[in-house]
Amino acid sequence: MSDVGSSSGSVTSNTSHTSPSRRNVLRGVAGAAGLAAVSGGLLTACGSGSDAKDEKKGGSGGGTASVAGSTVTFGSNYSDPSAKAAFAALTTAATAATKVEVKTNTVDHNTFQQSITSYLQGTPDDLFTWFAGYRMQYFAAQGLAEPIDDVWEKIGGGLSDSAKKLSTGLDGHQYLVPIYNYPWVVFYNKSQFARAGYTVPATWDEYVALAKRMKGDGLVPIAFADKDGWPALGTFDILNMRINGYDYHSKLMKHEIPWTDQGVHTVFQHWAEIMPYLQSGANGRIWQDAAKTLETKKAGMMFQGTNQVAAQYVTDQVDLDDLDFFPFPAINPQWGQDYMDAPTDGFMLSRKAKNPDAAKAILEYIGTGPAEAQYLKTDQWDVGLANGLEVPSYNAIQRKSVTEIAKCKAVAQFMDRDADPAMATAMIAVIQKFIDDPSTGNIAALQKSAESQAKAIYS
Amino acid sequence: MSSAVSQARTPAAAPDGTGSPARRRRGVRGLSARDRVVVALLLGIPLLLDLAFVWFPAIGTVLLSFTKWNGVGGLHTTTCKPNLPSILNNGCVYGVQNYHQAATIYPEFWPAVRHNLIWLAVFVLFATPLGMLFAVLIDRGIRGSRMYQSMLFLPVMLSLALIGIIWEFVYSQNFGLINTVIGRDGNDNAIDWLGNPRLNLWAVLVEATWRQSGYVMVLYLAGLKAVDPTLREAARVDGANDWQTFWRVIFPVMRPINIVIMVVTVIESLRAFDLVYITNKGVNGLELLSVLVTSNIVGETQRVGFGSALGVVLLLISLVPISLFLHQTFRREES
Repeated sequence: MSDVGSSSGSVTSNTSHTSPSRRNVLRGVAGAAGLAAVSGGLLTACGSGSDAKDEKKGGSGGGTASVAGSTVTFGSNYSDPSAKAAFAALTTAATAATKVEVKTNTVDHNTFQQSITSYLQGTPDDLFTWFAGYRMQYFAAQGLAEPIDDVWEKIGGGLSDSAKKLSTGLDGHQYLVPIYNYPWVVFYNKSQFARAGYTVPATWDEYVALAKRMKGDGLVPIAFADKDGWPALGTFDILNMRINGYDYHSKLMKHEIPWTDQGVHTVFQHWAEIMPYLQSGANGRIWQDAAKTLETKKAGMMFQGTNQVAAQYVTDQVDLDDLDFFPFPAINPQWGQDYMDAPTDGFMLSRKAKNPDAAKAILEYIGTGPAEAQYLKTDQWDVGLANGLEVPSYNAIQRKSVTEIAKCKAVAQFMDRDADPAMATAMIAVIQKFIDDPSTGNIAALQKSAESQAKAIYS
Repeated sequence: MSSAVSQARTPAAAPDGTGSPARRRRGVRGLSARDRVVVALLLGIPLLLDLAFVWFPAIGTVLLSFTKWNGVGGLHTTTCKPNLPSILNNGCVYGVQNYHQAATIYPEFWPAVRHNLIWLAVFVLFATPLGMLFAVLIDRGIRGSRMYQSMLFLPVMLSLALIGIIWEFVYSQNFGLINTVIGRDGNDNAIDWLGNPRLNLWAVLVEATWRQSGYVMVLYLAGLKAVDPTLREAARVDGANDWQTFWRVIFPVMRPINIVIMVVTVIESLRAFDLVYITNKGVNGLELLSVLVTSNIVGETQRVGFGSALGVVLLLISLVPISLFLHQTFRREES
């Protein structure tokens, strides 16, 4: 508890001396339009005449009359060394493009998430890293974030409609600039499949049959870990979307469908069917260890995000070329493989930002293809969202991720981003209890418990 | 709290020591202005600190426990309306609903209460006697006692979070020390020390005991060193054996230390948090009240009212040993 408190304290204390002077703010207002044009020009789609005129006007005032030279503070949860380096590269490029200094306050990833409410109500940084989905909408709806529709007018042309939808709050305004996402899919080792003659399953029956065959061959069919609680939520999400479809899933996440519904029961029944093929003792295993059983080819498959599995391969310097994936097999032919979890990370503007105009200039730069490419230079698992984004550093996994996400009719954001976080926490406990005892009687009891908790949380 | 209590008691007893009201009043009047300022400051500062950091949060928590609030925006005095989305129903008066929900539909609540009591029992019945045993053995000056002392004290110097991480290496299912040594690190036969809800509480209690017994040992060792050696000699002259000397002479003499250790044990077991949190965030067999309070109050979306209700429950449980301790102390002072 004290860790959380002290870290959030350090976030807020860092901002004070970087607050701009009143003159700076006024200058920022005057020069905002000009700067917007500079960064907007990076987007091939947005080269209108009025922008060019604005740019001239901004330019005539010299560097002093625009946001250029002012400082924006950025609260970052990119605390892992590689992510931190990639993020630093991004902000350096943003400064080069906008002439706005960026001061980054990095906070441990989990601590950042834990203290977000008090952080945003205190003296937050101008910009902060966050996630798309209900998680973003929840904070936007309570007036903790500033709408950035004007930023989206500039960057919208370079991003897909689905990206815009993910960045839109419950009130219809945009609150987030996304930078990358990553798919949740079934991973396997190509060499292992080739040697044993396994084929990629497209349907549920093929999936179960393959798992059974792997078990016969002495493998752990599906590497599985849930010690941290959240990884198994992904399995629930994909089964729910395959069986009941995306609309049902999002309604369930908003508690417009009760957790005692038969559809939820069917999800758990399917899960129970593959339980014998999932690595046992999942509640005591961290996902990194599960990924290691896949790396060492003791396991045949693993359902998780590229952000985890591919990242682990990179970290452990295991042959990334041998890693491949397929989208989770179809169960209900009505939906096929139309949906998947592809959590999106991005950036938001705090309501209490001290230098909002310069911050918007930074956001406009970050929302461009070149900015995403800059970030992804060092990132070998996530993929950018900009239309027609060409990233020469993409590996096979990343190229395939782009293709598979593009094929989807809708992408979900993962249960802890699509539902009220308190409900996601409740479901972590429910699903761990299901993993302990996947019997039909227990499923009914757990559904009842989930529903009574949902009633308390959502009303 | 206890320090403030003793502070508050001091001036009453200090001026003359007899404590009769009439004489005490005369005593205060007899003080110079400067002395009165000093007394006021010495009394007032701790009192203010006590009010600000103990009573204000405590009473605030009790009040918040009757509301529904997610930490954003202000509180108001209207009653919560049923069947409204929680965002629109924020900061309202919720009555005893939080307590009711905790006891009925919150599945983690009763396991947490049970685990807190188990934790207390293990500390009282196992960790503390073990620490005492270590202290007595080391105090007897066995060969290499300094080495044992440092070894047993080492975990006390580590933060509990670090201890949790160290033991992860011991308990990890497929890569851990225990399972590797006993050959049960396969995928079918591995023992799931930290994930099996029937095992993990005990596994974590081993970690906690590893540290706690060292802590008790140090406190007890200090107490043993302070015991007048002539008592021991006298007992020996009277023909008492080691066992009798310890239980009949040394142990009763160490009453103040024993009380300190009892208080430390109770406090440590009620505030247990770090180890289970680092192990699995306190879910799936490791629920503790402190973790539930934290997971509801500290987090992305806060259920401040609900978490406060859980905090009040923890406060009520803590009050039992605290009142017993205060009752004991005051009775001794008066007699």
